[in-house]
Amino acid sequence: MKKSLWFISVLALLSLVLSACGTQAEKPAAPEKFRVAVVMPSAINDLAFSQSMYDALVRIQTEMGGPEKFEFVYSDGMFVVDDAAAAIRDYATQGYNLVIAHGSQYGSSLQEIAPDFPNTSFAWGTTVDTFGQPNIFAYEAASHEGGYVNGVLAATLTKSKVIGVVGPIETGDAKLYVDGFKAGVMATDPTVQVNVNYIGSFSDVALASEAATTHIAAGADAMTGTAQMVVGAIGKAKEANVLWFGTQSNQSSLAPNIVVASQVYHWEVVLREMISLIQNGTLGGKSFTANLANGGEVIEFNPDYPLDANAKALAEKTIQGIVDGSIKISLP
Amino acid sequence: MISDLFSVTVLIGILASGIRLATPYLYAAIGETFSQKSGVLNLGVEGQMLLGAFAAFYVSLNTGSLWLGLLTAMLVGALMGLAMAYVTVNLQAQQGISGIGFYLFGLGMSDLLFQRLMGTVETVRGFPKIYIPFLSDIPGIGEIFFSQNILVYGAYLLVPLAWFVLNKTTLGLKIRAVGENPDAADSLGVNVGRIRYFTIILGGTLSGIAGASLSIALLNVFQQNMTSGQGFIAVALVYFGAWRPAGVLGGALLFSMVNSLQLWMQVKSVPIPSDIAVMLPYVLTILVLVATVSKVRAPSALTKPFEREN
Repeated sequence: MKKSLWFISVLALLSLVLSACGTQAEKPAAPEKFRVAVVMPSAINDLAFSQSMYDALVRIQTEMGGPEKFEFVYSDGMFVVDDAAAAIRDYATQGYNLVIAHGSQYGSSLQEIAPDFPNTSFAWGTTVDTFGQPNIFAYEAASHEGGYVNGVLAATLTKSKVIGVVGPIETGDAKLYVDGFKAGVMATDPTVQVNVNYIGSFSDVALASEAATTHIAAGADAMTGTAQMVVGAIGKAKEANVLWFGTQSNQSSLAPNIVVASQVYHWEVVLREMISLIQNGTLGGKSFTANLANGGEVIEFNPDYPLDANAKALAEKTIQGIVDGSIKISLP
Repeated sequence: MISDLFSVTVLIGILASGIRLATPYLYAAIGETFSQKSGVLNLGVEGQMLLGAFAAFYVSLNTGSLWLGLLTAMLVGALMGLAMAYVTVNLQAQQGISGIGFYLFGLGMSDLLFQRLMGTVETVRGFPKIYIPFLSDIPGIGEIFFSQNILVYGAYLLVPLAWFVLNKTTLGLKIRAVGENPDAADSLGVNVGRIRYFTIILGGTLSGIAGASLSIALLNVFQQNMTSGQGFIAVALVYFGAWRPAGVLGGALLFSMVNSLQLWMQVKSVPIPSDIAVMLPYVLTILVLVATVSKVRAPSALTKPFEREN
């Protein structure tokens, strides 16, 4: 019996080690090096939320002069909040300058941990809430802006006048994006019908895929969706040759023939400001928004999709309108 | 609107998606039925599915052969089963705990391999739909039942096959005997350990196919943690189905049909909050379970390690 217990503990340990393998340990840093640690709910290559942060950190690293000047480590796949909390505390203990909790579900853990490390700066997204803590930054994306642009494009390109949306849970960033998308469609062509489906999960690829099949059966010839489980929906769109509009990361690579454009989060815009504040002694207390105007959100057109020039011009005009304030997006 | 739900298109849509959604549950839960019938609770199904899904996807992507992918998934599932069998039969480990260990191993390992070997989400062209001649031309019925891919057909053929093996063969009798009273079975010369090795490895193989049915037949993508708890639902379905293949089929279909119904309810703007809609499959399954409490009890030796008395 003892032997078996020992075996199981080894097995459990091994699996924990393996599941944490995304974490890269590096040598202790020289003092002038800026060190960032980030905890994310899904994989760094999820083509969605987590990848948007990973890609931004890679860009910041290049900007700041490589790993000698800017070091970052990450724990991805932290969909269990308790594990994420342990990782956040661990990184804070290791003296990172900035510890990023990339997921709204990590909020209450961060609220508990941050006061124990007054000299460490924390960032939490996507939210606007810093809990009134002097060492927590908050960041969010105005995802309705890119959603609106995608909606304008989708309404222009749909022939069946039916558009399908696959969402995770009706809250936060996802709801904001979907509401913006609907507003964009309605502003362009109120006769288009937008069918929205929230599947109740960020990870259920099978249900996202079936939701897409449902939209297609209901007549949709253009679809969008948000969060990491949409890869299942994109797969179905690809098989049925239905247009797809991406968000969070650039999703063109998955289906080059049908992805028209993606709203991509460029968190480096927000990160740059945080880093410069931290270097000047401010560790938190501010909230940031990535949007089209500050370049924190970029509409990336898929070069492989033959987008009609007029439609593209309309999209660019819409972006301009949102940036200069002439287009006001009214959300429900 | 609610009235929009009652159209032929919607009805066909609901049934066809329900049939598809139930497929991975059927493979995994039938496999689990075999191991539970022999007295072994395998909670590692989810991990076996994930590794199977990855193996099938990766091999199909790189060799272009879906069959080779499926075969690899079966092999990987069988190996996971072999390890599980060693831990439960030889080491006599506490099954609940070791199963969770295997789940975590599968979850971590599939993610690690995905990160290291692939690097990004990709798609494959999965098993195509097979239109059964004549039958697929029947309006409605044809689209629902006879226009699916091979792994969907396989899942439904597995149900009567499993029933036959469990109830009409000597092997099935031995499996049931080992699960009910291993001491008696042992005294009659049945090799308890060997039977359990067989059922656990069979369960692993079927879980591997369940994973493959997602990654190379139904969704045709692989993503970290893509099974999203389906393996655990499969274990619950075995209890729901009272350890009978037909019961498992009923449970899987009920859960999947209600799930596809709620997808259509949202698409047709039936005015209920999405949070309530996504709860429906779970709530209804629980209600049916409560309403039809059966007198069938679990195999007596379930979760009990067998130790031969000298």
